[in-house]
Amino acid sequence: MHSTNYHAAITAAEAASLLSSAEDGALLAGGQTLLPTMKARLAAPSDLVDISRAEELRGISITDGAATIGAMTTHAEVAGHAALRSAFPALCDLAGRIGDPAVRHRGTIGGSLANNDPAACYPAAVLGTGAIISTNTRDIAADDYFQGLFATALDAGEVITSITFPIPRAANYQKFAQPASRFALVGVFVAQFAEGVRVAVTGASEEGVFRWTDAETSLSSDFTADAIGGLSVRSQGMISDLHGDGSYRANLVQVLTARAVAAAS
Amino acid sequence: MSEIKMTVNGKPVGGDVADNMLLVEFIRETLRLTGTHVGCDTSQCGACVVHVDGKAVKSCTMLAAAADGAEVTTIEGVANGGLHPMQKAFNDNHGLQCGFCTPGMIMSGIDMVNRYKAEGKTLDEAAIRHELEGNICRCTGYHNIVKSISQAAGEM
Repeated sequence: MHSTNYHAAITAAEAASLLSSAEDGALLAGGQTLLPTMKARLAAPSDLVDISRAEELRGISITDGAATIGAMTTHAEVAGHAALRSAFPALCDLAGRIGDPAVRHRGTIGGSLANNDPAACYPAAVLGTGAIISTNTRDIAADDYFQGLFATALDAGEVITSITFPIPRAANYQKFAQPASRFALVGVFVAQFAEGVRVAVTGASEEGVFRWTDAETSLSSDFTADAIGGLSVRSQGMISDLHGDGSYRANLVQVLTARAVAAAS
Repeated sequence: MSEIKMTVNGKPVGGDVADNMLLVEFIRETLRLTGTHVGCDTSQCGACVVHVDGKAVKSCTMLAAAADGAEVTTIEGVANGGLHPMQKAFNDNHGLQCGFCTPGMIMSGIDMVNRYKAEGKTLDEAAIRHELEGNICRCTGYHNIVKSISQAAGEM
């Protein structure tokens, strides 16, 4: 790892201030992606601003049909939160299958969303529910937030503070794990709301997480696996690698969506 | 450089560390506690698992500076007089071949038993195998590792 300057911030405002005075600073959340990336010398920020212990960015609150999760809440905390599990079990199940137990003790929802790995799980839940990403300066709708591989609407120096999920009537996340990395080879999040159904797909597209709008239309009028039996996803633009080519991933999108609908609760 | 203070295996330790020093480097090279191993150095194998504030983490994927103020337990700190029940179970069941992954297996095993007990859940064989997702044994001796953790779960 190249040398860097470490700073610990205990508030989002302090983190933003430290970042703005750094030459080439980066926020350090749980570090489960950034530190391996730095060790591989694929990233070399001049300064690291550690926000993992900022108490104001931690915790889960559930009010009035919405769940708000602080950006520095770990995957293990989301997976193990009893009130969230009774309100929105699909989100707890998703968090409980990210990485492995030790990674889940450090990795955070804010870190995952800021990184926007094309095979990460949380982007599917955020886009699949139309969640709001709150930062130190504004609120960003999920539909505006994700902008391609590792690209987001965040400005330089902007700090995610919390994520607010509207709680669906029923939802489910189906993850087909890449057997070595345990990232999603394809992951599909399906959420049913009074106003309609949303379907978000991670791991599959070269453009990162996306909504499968054809399936949303069909499922909004008939929320059964049969409703999407005749639909298919174009293999063009799907990721092709040694783990699966584009047509394999495109087929998995349909298969996993059907499974998610059947399992939604 | 950052000045850090933490408690490792019940003893206060500290000093000035480079800002890019990993927790595992502080444990092994500064404290000379070499029971914690570095296998892959890419967050996958789990040989470096220690407990930070009571939770299993991969010490190759955490900065030493980020552990300032923390309570850290390494494999050297789990025995209390006699062997810890998890250590004894690995001994009883021959839960190792070369032994390189064993410190991480034991630290992850203790963590999973503690979590399942706290939540009142049953740690059956399938659960143990799933929980060991982040610990790799390249001798592939998983069967006896699972048996060891299962035995310890009944004794802890």
